[in-house]
Amino acid sequence: MIGGLFIYNHKGEVLISRVYRDDIGRNAVDAFRVNVIHARQQVRSPVTNFARTSFFHVKRSNIWLAAVTKQNVNAAMVFEFLYKMCDVMTAYFSKISEENIKNNFVLIYELLDEILDFGYPQNSETGALKTFITQQGIKSQTKEEQSQITSQVTGQIGWRREGIKYRRNELFLDVLESVNLLMSPQGQVLSAHVSGRVVMKSYLSGMPECKFGMNDKIVIDKQGKGGTTDDSGKSGKQSIAIDDCTFHQCVRLSKFDSERSISFIPPDGEYELMRYRTTKDIILPFRVIPLVREVGRTKLEVKVVIKSNFKPSLLAQKIEVRIPTPLNTSGVQVICMKGKAKYKASENAIVWKIKRMAGMKESQISAEIELLPTNDKKKWARPPISMNFEVPFAPSGLKVRYLKVFEPKLNYSDHDVIKWVRYIGRSGIYETRC
Amino acid sequence: NMTSKYFKNQWNSEIFELKAELNNEKKEKRKEAVKKVIAAMTVGKDVSSLFPDVVNCMQTDNLELKKLVYLYLMNYAKSQPDMAIMAVNSFVKDCEDPNPLIRALAVRTMGCIRVDKITEYLCEPLRKCLKDEDPYVRKTAAVCVAKLHDINAQMVEDQGFLDSLRDLIADSNPMVVANAVAALSEISESHPNSNLLDLNPQNINKLLTALNECTEWGQIFILDCLSNYNPKDEREAQSICERVTPRLSHANSAVVLSAVKVLMKFLELLPKDTDYYNTLLKKLSPPLVTLLSGEPEVQYVALRNINLIVQKRPEILKQEIKVFFVKYNDPIYVKLEKLDIMIRLASHANIAQVLAELKEYATEVDVDFVRKAVRAIGRCAIKVEQSAERCVSTLLDLIQTKVNYVVQEAIVVIRDIFRKYPNKYESIIATLCENLDSLDEPDARAAMIWIVGEYAERIDNADELLESFLEGFHDESTQVQLTLLTAIVKLFLKKPSETQELVQQVLSLATQDSDNPDLRDRGYIYWRLLSTDPVTAKEVVLSEKPLISEETDLIEPTLLDELICHIGSLASVYHKPPNAFVEGSHGIHRKHLPIQHGSIDTGESPVSAGPAASIDQPQVIPSQGDLLGDLLNLDLGPPVNVPQGSSMQIGAVDLLGGGLDSLVRRMYREHSFLWFVKVWLPAVKAKGLEISGTFSRRQGHMYMDMSFINKALQHMTDFAIQFNKNSFGVIPTTPLAMHTPLMPSQSIDISLPLNTIGPVMKMDPLNNLQVAVKNNIDVFYFSTLIPLSVFFVEDGKMERQVFLATWKDIPNENELQYQIKECHLNADTVSGKLQNNNIYTIAKRNVEGQDMLYQSLKLTNGIWILAELRIQPGNPNYTVNARSKEIDRLQNAFDIVQNIFKDILHP
Repeated sequence: MIGGLFIYNHKGEVLISRVYRDDIGRNAVDAFRVNVIHARQQVRSPVTNFARTSFFHVKRSNIWLAAVTKQNVNAAMVFEFLYKMCDVMTAYFSKISEENIKNNFVLIYELLDEILDFGYPQNSETGALKTFITQQGIKSQTKEEQSQITSQVTGQIGWRREGIKYRRNELFLDVLESVNLLMSPQGQVLSAHVSGRVVMKSYLSGMPECKFGMNDKIVIDKQGKGGTTDDSGKSGKQSIAIDDCTFHQCVRLSKFDSERSISFIPPDGEYELMRYRTTKDIILPFRVIPLVREVGRTKLEVKVVIKSNFKPSLLAQKIEVRIPTPLNTSGVQVICMKGKAKYKASENAIVWKIKRMAGMKESQISAEIELLPTNDKKKWARPPISMNFEVPFAPSGLKVRYLKVFEPKLNYSDHDVIKWVRYIGRSGIYETRC
Repeated sequence: NMTSKYFKNQWNSEIFELKAELNNEKKEKRKEAVKKVIAAMTVGKDVSSLFPDVVNCMQTDNLELKKLVYLYLMNYAKSQPDMAIMAVNSFVKDCEDPNPLIRALAVRTMGCIRVDKITEYLCEPLRKCLKDEDPYVRKTAAVCVAKLHDINAQMVEDQGFLDSLRDLIADSNPMVVANAVAALSEISESHPNSNLLDLNPQNINKLLTALNECTEWGQIFILDCLSNYNPKDEREAQSICERVTPRLSHANSAVVLSAVKVLMKFLELLPKDTDYYNTLLKKLSPPLVTLLSGEPEVQYVALRNINLIVQKRPEILKQEIKVFFVKYNDPIYVKLEKLDIMIRLASHANIAQVLAELKEYATEVDVDFVRKAVRAIGRCAIKVEQSAERCVSTLLDLIQTKVNYVVQEAIVVIRDIFRKYPNKYESIIATLCENLDSLDEPDARAAMIWIVGEYAERIDNADELLESFLEGFHDESTQVQLTLLTAIVKLFLKKPSETQELVQQVLSLATQDSDNPDLRDRGYIYWRLLSTDPVTAKEVVLSEKPLISEETDLIEPTLLDELICHIGSLASVYHKPPNAFVEGSHGIHRKHLPIQHGSIDTGESPVSAGPAASIDQPQVIPSQGDLLGDLLNLDLGPPVNVPQGSSMQIGAVDLLGGGLDSLVRRMYREHSFLWFVKVWLPAVKAKGLEISGTFSRRQGHMYMDMSFINKALQHMTDFAIQFNKNSFGVIPTTPLAMHTPLMPSQSIDISLPLNTIGPVMKMDPLNNLQVAVKNNIDVFYFSTLIPLSVFFVEDGKMERQVFLATWKDIPNENELQYQIKECHLNADTVSGKLQNNNIYTIAKRNVEGQDMLYQSLKLTNGIWILAELRIQPGNPNYTVNARSKEIDRLQNAFDIVQNIFKDILHP
């Protein structure tokens, strides 16, 4: 199991050092600094082994988190734990920065004592942790409160405490998708997938039993036998094929496995209900058509057309097209029909920004790139043109069909809950080779 | 040193201030002081001197302060064991506290204080806590048992804590169950055979129930534990699989991977090709793909595991190659791993896409990645025959870029392509040859040399090309030297007329000027082959090479099976068994895939159930260094089928006429050590007479074995021979028996018997012999060294007692010690080999694991040499101590003896 956990700043100074196992000594702290943070060559793996000690690390802005062990630990678990550790810290003091860590080091030690015992991860749900790790002292707890805490921390529903009350029962569902594309210069889709998340903010009283439904092809097909077949003709795609999905630990996985129904008691506040991935029938919101021409050895002509491919009534926002330029670029002239374009020498790219763009439109940019002559035999690698955007629909075609809430003990019904649903599609890695 | 002193003083005053603050009346002040102490501890300052003051702060109802004091205690208790005992009372009291959080905190901390005296006091509180009414305390106590076991295993057993822990598996609280499982699993690792966990169907059922209810971490503990269970039959295996499968949808990648591990193991037990089996295989694919949308570090772990899974069960991901396409912004460690898997999944169906991708990658920036991409293109060519042509043309395009490392990598893979598809792509050789000068890496140089040698008959200037490499022969790496040697021998066999000089040159460089035994061995073997039987030489050197296999870098099947049992763990990331990187007792016992008990199946072993382990187990391509070594690996399997073409009918005389012929004539094998025939008198110095020969000892007699060749245009007669006085008194026993004239270009072999009764004169070196040979034309002189072993007489075996006495008698300064390097023979073989050369083993002893051989030998002039040979197991370097009374008479003889030992043991 995890033998020790260290946090460093970018200089390699240790900010937090907690040792769980006798086989990890103080020298491990230095070993990581010397061999990874100060390594002459950038370390090429997140798992490293020096002197029969293994180091797992993740980096958050300037901060290094390292878990250390001498045993054959579950590697995936160690990384998941480090991510969780970051989540917990973020939940307590927002940004993970050197300053915040220094200011909260007592809290961090207290958390580390709670969520790792002898190197074994324990309950690390912030909802539960915040009930008893407060930095306020807990002497004033009543006996009842104490046992409520312990039963929650160890209980079946470790992510929610009892006795939550809201005057207004309300929930927000965000379907957040990131659409990924790799396209050849000729417009052939080399790979495309949507990775989506359903994020829920729940402000519900008591221990509500929820059931979530979406246009999952498997479910619809099962029900479709009933007779609503005429629906499918109307608005094209009624259901979507989900390649795979994963759920927050509140979801009863065995029930999903047997009935494909998603039922759960949600944590209070914001959390990620599920993640999913689709690869079929993806709506690609934009198409990028690049044209690069080398004029002699010292000039490049670039023309890029973007086309929006969704309902004209919808508006895409925060559109950004990034066109890489060679390292020996000496000057760039750009003309664009819409938005603003700028050559950013430090990033070796032309960045073209458009605030808004409606569906079924197209726009174009052309640029002349002057190059310095070089002796470098190696050709320019021509990185792909990448795009960023945000659209108000789900490129996978996912639709929320219902989210039913039952709370048998309290007197509010599904109808009393105010529900909000929002769809946001964002670009993931959206690239076109040129 | 003033500055360090200053800092030391400053630190001392800081400690002093802290001490004062820790003893402050105000609680808040004390708390602040403890915080400062912890901060100093974090950055590695030594605050152990504050121990009593910090412990004094322990008695507090402020939980935050208490936790800080505990943290301090855990760090320093070991260095202050006597003072740590002060804390015991406080712990024991806290374990009785009404607040379960405090009880748990106490038991959690006590377990981390590794002081024997304290552990004794821990037992009673721990016993209570294991039965506490509050699950939070119980789950903490469960882990505490593992802590205590780490400190004092015996005590844990004696106190019956293991039984308490087992009881907790039936606890009503899932987290208690999970922690108990984790603790028991860890403890059982140090007792591999104890069946501590007592996994029986009832317990398994309890675990599976807890699996649905506990935290994500608890699920991992339980799944990892389940994977060690061996279901009694396929029905049980299936029912466990059914209950584990839902975990594949968990958001935590570690839960998913641990579930995959259980399923991969239990799949071995399920009857193949049933609906359930096939459905399960299908269900494994999507979650593995989903892992790749996680954070990069988890992707890395997932990819390392997928690499194993793809080798074990390629069918699972064969449709998913696209998800392994590299994204421009992937971290390099993800890119490299993806590339590996792409190659494994490449097939006829997807090769076009794969190639297009690889071509993109080959123009990226990262050198390692680009190299790997180029290599991958070569692998595709070898794996998918239909794509070979496109791969080759892609590689040629890449060579045109002239990017140095791309060119070199491309040449290395083209060599492999040539081996896979002989006589298909030779048209590109000219292009390859253009890049000869830019090759500076041994792999690439060796590959190029191999290509030139292999296709020597089609490359007009093959001899020039190879000769250009020969110039700096001794600066090349062994790999290049070996390849060059083989290539030139191939060239010679293909174009004998023009390349004799070249082959002589390389043989002499390899055998005479090199210290590398491998190179010398190979040189001698070629030499011997070429000189005895050129037809066989052709058969051997130009034989058809075994085909290289399609798959590369496959993990050896038993290791693969073991690693499958470790999916998700570090072992699966390193691709090494745990004992390769874990110290001590943990992980020493190796895991195996379960074995099917099933009677329904045809009794196939489960290991061969996976396609990767079927009978057509692909051979692994040997690493480049070994590749050419194959040529000499004569016992490589079935005899090589050599086409008996007309080119094979060149007779020995034709082939060996001229240069080579004079270099090598014949080998004397006999019983004794082989001395290679040397040219003693070259034709240019003796008006056309050439004499080559060697000395040997047969049936107790010495012989001078000679070949006389007439290279002049006239015949030769009236031969006679005479020796100068020499150290051992060697003279011919009979006159030279040459009764017929030697005709032009004729040769004759003569064995001249010798004895040692002639006049003695000390020569330098000792074994120098000056010879005069006369014929009808002139008198010629030459000198040669007689190998000392010829003088080792058959009765050189000294009596045991005499040996002991003599050994002791000889003063230490008469001793010479040296090492024989890289000798991989056992004592008996050594002894046998030496005996063949009249060096006798008097006694053999085994002293502390090392073999000691006591040897004696006697020279014709009655001088004894005694030696002690030490062979340590696992050490290929032997030590020899040699002694002789007549050291002064022997002078440099010891050096010679040393060489004899070396040469005998390095055939």
